[in-house]
Amino acid sequence: MFRSRNEGDERMTRFSLLALAKEALSGHRGWSPQWRDAKPQSAYDVVVIGGGGHGLATAYYLSRQYGITNVAVLEKGWIGNGNVGRNTTIVRSNYLLPGNIPLYELSMKLWEGLEQDFNYNAMVSQRGVLNLYHADPQRDAYARRGNAMRLHGVDAELLDRDGVRAIAPFLNFDDARFPIQGGLLQRRGGTVRHDAVAWGYARGASSRGVDIIQNCEVTGMEIMQGRITGVQTSLGSIRARKVAMAVAGSTSRVASMAGLRLPIESHVIQAFVSEGIKPLIPGVITFGAGHFYISQSDKGGLVFGGDIDGYNSYAQRGNLPVVEDVCEGGIALMPMIGRIRVLRNWGGLLDMSMDGSPIIDRTPVDGLYLNCGWCYGGFKATPASGLCFAHLIAQDAPHRAATAFRLDRFALGALIDEKGAGAQPNLH
Amino acid sequence: MRIPCPYCGSRDLSEFAYHGDATPKRPDPSAENAPELFYEYVYLRENPAGPIRELWYHASGCRSWLIVTRDTRTHAIAGAVLAMETAS
Repeated sequence: MFRSRNEGDERMTRFSLLALAKEALSGHRGWSPQWRDAKPQSAYDVVVIGGGGHGLATAYYLSRQYGITNVAVLEKGWIGNGNVGRNTTIVRSNYLLPGNIPLYELSMKLWEGLEQDFNYNAMVSQRGVLNLYHADPQRDAYARRGNAMRLHGVDAELLDRDGVRAIAPFLNFDDARFPIQGGLLQRRGGTVRHDAVAWGYARGASSRGVDIIQNCEVTGMEIMQGRITGVQTSLGSIRARKVAMAVAGSTSRVASMAGLRLPIESHVIQAFVSEGIKPLIPGVITFGAGHFYISQSDKGGLVFGGDIDGYNSYAQRGNLPVVEDVCEGGIALMPMIGRIRVLRNWGGLLDMSMDGSPIIDRTPVDGLYLNCGWCYGGFKATPASGLCFAHLIAQDAPHRAATAFRLDRFALGALIDEKGAGAQPNLH
Repeated sequence: MRIPCPYCGSRDLSEFAYHGDATPKRPDPSAENAPELFYEYVYLRENPAGPIRELWYHASGCRSWLIVTRDTRTHAIAGAVLAMETAS
């Protein structure tokens, strides 16, 4: 048995009205660091590779839900530097297929209680996600999707033109090519402050004894007789009973250290933020005649994005054709944003799977677990991904919301292809 | 990103369509383990971080299929040849 680790970090202040009042009166000098920047021990029960949203959530639920606290999270950079800080912060559970809906709806329910659960302000804002339709067949498709959602107990409302106008009167309803006919609205969807998700999970895990180790890159896996026994890192070898990979765009690289080839390609997606303006856009709005989605942050910046660039990439930056395409979509939808300046844009690395859906499963190596394939939709899934992955690691059986996300579904033909695009990752 | 098309010269990325890694070769359907071979051909990828040989189609140009050698870490392109010239 590995020795059990510290039971928690007493230095961390719990947030409450009382603590806030006390700090306000004493000049805010009493706040302590929110999590420990740990050095690696020689051995752990579980090593989670990847200190992004999913890895940190996995460690949090392992310690909180399953009582496994002798855990290390290894991050090659610093936490929150990857996709958890690079997305457009949208959360929703408006999926179509039976394999997907339970996971994303579990995630939505976890978002709804997350701030109380981990005692941290993640600015969860259920301001609604509105997908516009511009043609009759698209209306039929959205009606079908809304019905599928409601059959699974998820909220969905099909709006006509007037219904959309009541929410977003500023849209370009009478565009000659793509007039807006209505939309599918999920009121419980919205946005969450993504950095706070990383920090909140890190804080919750760290306070229960999880070691969060930054600037620690995994360089090899130690496998004996088909069983994982540890990892080699830039900070030395670490023994582990179980090793869990949650490394998004780096999945193929890390998995190859264990001799695995996966149905994954790494791609890049770009996101954009404009200069801050007064409140304009009430929720999340997506353009149905192209690929464009937009919301407005509390600071006033418009946060938007579109398609992935579409070619394999590990560069964390994209190219201009997609910038142009995204901006064209935005102008078609709301021409009045044409004079707003874009302040920043950036890229994130996607683990595009061959059917557009994730994988949460064991691997052919005993004790080695895989969480990947989130494509461009991983942020909204962060809580459920962490909970289901923690369940799998702790109990060696899939969580009931994640039974479909098997690694062998490609060989078996049991694909979960929301778009029906086939094994061509850049089309998902 | 600009791609050096052997016919058209250096052209903008937006003229091309992407078809991914050029390495997987369609297996023999009459092979005994054809289902396994096709699973690997259709779904499994090396996904290298570094140089990759990949298929691009010059859709808004000469409509040739190209094999482009590109570094996925930097997007730097080392060269492009016509796919039909490399077909066996």
